[in-house]
Amino acid sequence: MSVRHGLLALLSRGPRYGYQLRAEFETSTATTWPLNIGQVYTTLSRLERDGLVSRDGQGDQDEQGRVRHAITQEGRDELDRWFAKPVSRTDRPRDELVIKLAMAVTTPGVDAAAVIAAQRSATMRGLQELTRAKRSLDASAEAAQRLVLDSMIFHAEAEQRWLEHCEALLIRPTKENP
Amino acid sequence: MTEHHPPDRLPVPDGEPVVRLTDVVRVHGEGTRAVQALRGVSLDVHTGELVAVMGPSGSGKSTLLNLAGGLDRPTEGSVTLEGRELRGLSPKQLAELRRRSAGYVFQDLNLIPSLTVAENVALPRELDGVRTAKARRDALAVLEEVGLADLGDRFPDDLSGGQRQRAAIARALVGERRLLLADEPTGALDTRAGDEIIQVLRQRADAGAAVLLVTHEPRYAAWADRVVFLKDGQIVDSAAAGMETAR
Repeated sequence: MSVRHGLLALLSRGPRYGYQLRAEFETSTATTWPLNIGQVYTTLSRLERDGLVSRDGQGDQDEQGRVRHAITQEGRDELDRWFAKPVSRTDRPRDELVIKLAMAVTTPGVDAAAVIAAQRSATMRGLQELTRAKRSLDASAEAAQRLVLDSMIFHAEAEQRWLEHCEALLIRPTKENP
Repeated sequence: MTEHHPPDRLPVPDGEPVVRLTDVVRVHGEGTRAVQALRGVSLDVHTGELVAVMGPSGSGKSTLLNLAGGLDRPTEGSVTLEGRELRGLSPKQLAELRRRSAGYVFQDLNLIPSLTVAENVALPRELDGVRTAKARRDALAVLEEVGLADLGDRFPDDLSGGQRQRAAIARALVGERRLLLADEPTGALDTRAGDEIIQVLRQRADAGAAVLLVTHEPRYAAWADRVVFLKDGQIVDSAAAGMETAR
């Protein structure tokens, strides 16, 4: 997950204060990934170290001592490379659920069907909540927010389908499944 | 024909479900060939509630829907529709109650091609003995509710799949039917039209209908207030919106 590239993308629209970056990041990801302000400043100082952002203006601070950051040319190049490169499966964290089910079906004494059923209910509740969140978005909501919620809805749906598939395999282990 | 107001139609008391299934068992066939389609299912659907039923094929989903709407009778257990126990009713009484209380929407084949959309929607009212002009007014009112106010005089073949399905929902709800039974209503539609249909079902529930939806699409089931999972003729678990998620 690239907070780094997310901040670069926001800075490519113009110089920003840390607190602005935090608010805009959360807005455009429908508050899916809450950022604390500490993460923002840590990331900014690494980006600065790597030459991808710089302090805006003459290092001017506002009255509260806050500094604006701006993207550098190296930062823009890095951002272009990020957008151009597809995300590979291996860039994503391991899926705990897949590991859990793989262990459940092979570990003696574990009721894999019960593990699946419990997960299916939980995933469906999650899907219901996401659907509610989507319904409650008003017409003025940003396209980015819809897109993020849709992504989570499709992921939850895929997980639900996969769980049903696992369940069917467990019920009829001898029959071929399409 | 005169307008017919059956004296036996009682208002449903507050808090009582529109349809209630209690320990319902349904066995198809007899002896060694008997198949238990449902094995003791209890389920309430209240006014304003959208309940989705999911489960693998053969799990009893359609049997459940047919029993809830009085199209089929349980082998054991009880089904009450708007407060009336279906068991004691004669076939004629059952047909009347079903026509007045419940409407069906299927995956396809919902509308009669030789009738206009408004005529299709008015048909159940006319079967109820309502005069043609009144039936048409009722039809136009409910067509407006599903966003088809301008298409009443078209024929079903002139409509898109999504519009036809909305017309079918209108027909299922025309008059004062409070129970809408939908069996894979999005099954033959693309995702955009399917999204429209689930939104109309949600709106109808929010407007006071009781909606029982069979679907294999998790994304549509997620619009429900409650999702019931059937397996081998039994409810194995259910998920209600607003509860804590486990993840």
